[in-house]
Amino acid sequence: MSASEAGPQKRPRPLSPHLQIYRPEISSVLSVFHRGTGMVLTLGTLLLGWWVIAAAVGPDAYETAQRFLGSWLGLPMLFGWSVALFYHLCSGIRHLLWDAGWGYDLATMQKTGYAVLIGTGVLTLLAWIAGLVAW
Amino acid sequence: MTTSKDAPLRNPLARARGLGSARSGFQHWRTLRVTALALIPLTIWFVIAVIAHLGAPLPELRAWIGHPINAALFILFIAIGLHHGAHGMTEVYEDYIHGHHAKLIADLATKGAALFLGAAMIVSVLEIAIPG
Repeated sequence: MSASEAGPQKRPRPLSPHLQIYRPEISSVLSVFHRGTGMVLTLGTLLLGWWVIAAAVGPDAYETAQRFLGSWLGLPMLFGWSVALFYHLCSGIRHLLWDAGWGYDLATMQKTGYAVLIGTGVLTLLAWIAGLVAW
Repeated sequence: MTTSKDAPLRNPLARARGLGSARSGFQHWRTLRVTALALIPLTIWFVIAVIAHLGAPLPELRAWIGHPINAALFILFIAIGLHHGAHGMTEVYEDYIHGHHAKLIADLATKGAALFLGAAMIVSVLEIAIPG
C-alpha cells in the first residue's frame, strides 16, 4: 500500500466472516443456545439450592423460599429455568448422538435440530400443564 | 511428551515453558459426557418428582425426601449436576476469558462455589433424611 493513496475512507472490513456476515442457521443457533442454557442452568442451581437448604432449615425459611418462587419475580425465573432445562436436555441428547458418530449429514442434522426445538416446547408445555393441575 | 525417550525431539524451551498438550484433555471431555448420560434419567426423575410435590406442605416434602431412595437420587442429581455444570463452565471460560489469571480465578471460583453449594445441599438432604 503506497503512502500516496488518498481518496475516500474505505469501510473497515471484517477480518473473517463473523456475525455480520453469516445468516443464522439451525446448527449455529442451537449450538449457542446449548451453551447459553447451560450457563442459565448453572446459575439457576443457586435457586434450587436455596429451596433445598430452606427445606432443611425449617418452616419459616421454607415459606420464604416458596413465596419467592411463586411470586411475579420467581415464577418467570422458574419458567425460564425449566425451558433451559428441557432445551439443554434435548440438545444434549443430540450432542451425545453426535459423539457416538450418528447424525452428522446435513439433512439429519436439520431434522434433529427441529426435533430438539419441538421436544423443548412439548416438554415445557407438559410439565407446566401437569404442574398447574397438581397445584 | 515428557518422558526421557521423547525429550530429545522436543524443544527444551517449549518443554520448560509447559507448552504443548495438557494430556488431561480427554478426561475433561469424557467427564462431561459421562455425567450427561447419568443426568438424563436423573433429570427426568427430578422433574417428575418436583411436579408431584409442587406446593406440598413442608412435612409432606420432608417425608418424601426422607425416603432413602428419594434422598439418594436427589443427592446424585445435585452432585452430578453441579459436577457437569462446573466442567461446562470451564469450557466457557477457556473459550471466552483470555487473560491467564482471570481464567484461573473464574474457573477456581466456579468450582469452589459448586463444591460449597453441593456440600450444603447434600447436608440439607441428609439432615431431612436422617431422623434425630
